Amino acid sequence: MRAMLRRHGGAIGAFLVLFLAWEVLVRLFGVAHYLLPPPSVVLADFARRWPRVLDSTWVTTFEILAGYLLAVVVSIPLAMAVAYSRWFERTVYPVVVFLQIVPKIAIAPLFIIWFGFGFTPKLLLVFLLSFFPIVVAAVAGFKSVDPEVLDLGRTTGAGPLRLFWRIRLPHALPEIFTGLKVGAALATTAAVVAEFVASNKGLGYLLLEYNGNLETGMVFAVIIVLSLVGLAVYYAVELIERLTIPWHVSQHGDATRPGTP
Amino acid sequence: MTAGILVEGVGKTFHPQEGRAGTPVRALEGIDMVLPEGAFVAVVGPSGCGKSTLLRMLAGLLPCEEGRIAVMGRAVEGPVTDIGVVFQKPVLLPWRDVLGNVMLQLELRGRDARAELPRAERLLAAVGLDGFASSYPHALSGGMQQRASIVRALVHDPPLLLMDEPFGALDALTREQLRIDLEQLWLESGKTVLFITHSIDEAVLLADEVLVMTPRPGRIERRVDVPIPRPRGLDGRSHPVFRTIVDEVTRIFLDKGVLHGTGERASLLGAQSGGKGS
Repeated sequence: MRAMLRRHGGAIGAFLVLFLAWEVLVRLFGVAHYLLPPPSVVLADFARRWPRVLDSTWVTTFEILAGYLLAVVVSIPLAMAVAYSRWFERTVYPVVVFLQIVPKIAIAPLFIIWFGFGFTPKLLLVFLLSFFPIVVAAVAGFKSVDPEVLDLGRTTGAGPLRLFWRIRLPHALPEIFTGLKVGAALATTAAVVAEFVASNKGLGYLLLEYNGNLETGMVFAVIIVLSLVGLAVYYAVELIERLTIPWHVSQHGDATRPGTP
Repeated sequence: MTAGILVEGVGKTFHPQEGRAGTPVRALEGIDMVLPEGAFVAVVGPSGCGKSTLLRMLAGLLPCEEGRIAVMGRAVEGPVTDIGVVFQKPVLLPWRDVLGNVMLQLELRGRDARAELPRAERLLAAVGLDGFASSYPHALSGGMQQRASIVRALVHDPPLLLMDEPFGALDALTREQLRIDLEQLWLESGKTVLFITHSIDEAVLLADEVLVMTPRPGRIERRVDVPIPRPRGLDGRSHPVFRTIVDEVTRIFLDKGVLHGTGERASLLGAQSGGKGS
């Protein structure tokens, strides 16, 4: 993903070729626009009706961010508890691991029964989908500290808090960010699915409505906007990663760049 | 003579974890040793002879249930803090540059790292790392990483340095250079050093006294004094005593079945020891 971004030019070229081929083939074979509209029609439709899409975008984006932040705030302390307390590891963690197997999307209809059509079920589904990858990655991160580094720490007489801030937390950050990125990618999916199940606003709702009216051009427009929202959330997390742990990114990001940042 | 380290009748048995299958392993048996203050003592033995266990017990990282250990005149009951430890791996933190890794030692002790910057810089220069203070570990060779970890073990000026096969993962040439540099550093600092290695040559070239350890259970088979004058540097090997002591230690390992030799030299040493042993 990152390598693709760096080779910007190639990717943009490939997309242009893709859209061009799409346009030419649709027109060449005379495909009905309600089946597959050419990119030019998608663009024209979107240009005409974007204000409504934009309104829905804010709704969905807010659901994504709220659910995702809730997941981060809950999962990281929980991961710490699991990593540092044997009791938590033996009682709470097996339950978490088991729940991870449950297809979370299947729970969405239940949320409607429990919480109705409003914001809450969306928040909870986004939370649920982003939560597990973050917990699992953070537990692995907190537990993977080299025992020799901790031995070294113990010979300095440093207390647990100091060891946490200077050794355990920075050590766990790369893995935590891996989980954060997986969670971010899932958050968008979760918000759309939650809106599919029951809602009267948001991009997922809009998608269903356009779909029902066979306004295929707008369906494509919404899908593209959704992808952009997902991409923005993902890259926001990655930007934070780059700022937080530049040493890690520079080490593993690109072999062609000189090693020292 | 004050003792840097005093070990009396120390033994160690590792029991299998609760609820797991396995038999207890006797790692150490009847260890006695005295390290005078300022001495350089090497422990040489094969992998698995318990020498790392012994070091970890001296550092207070493993509990001592059998026998008595005192370090710098104090009985060891928990992690010992007035020491510097160098492990086989450099264990540098990848998110800190060389200077940051060195300063970690001071920060973890709650000491003012800035005030001791000149000392850290002096030590870095002494091991040839001047100019690399702001390099990150992944940009350094294994030898340079280990040099940084040695500086980290010295920056708080501990009276005692424990080294657990510090050169074990390095190539032969780097090892040789680090050995020479370590001797120089020790001569200048006058610290007590316990150096663990599986290399007989390294032990004999570095130490005033070599403790020969044999496995299962780990015990100190013999103490050997090394009267080679200092600084030994590159000349240590050509001193006549060097070969004699290396042979003496090799013979112990042949005797105990740690080494199995073929060729004239092995049978010579083996025959000698057979004669002496009976």
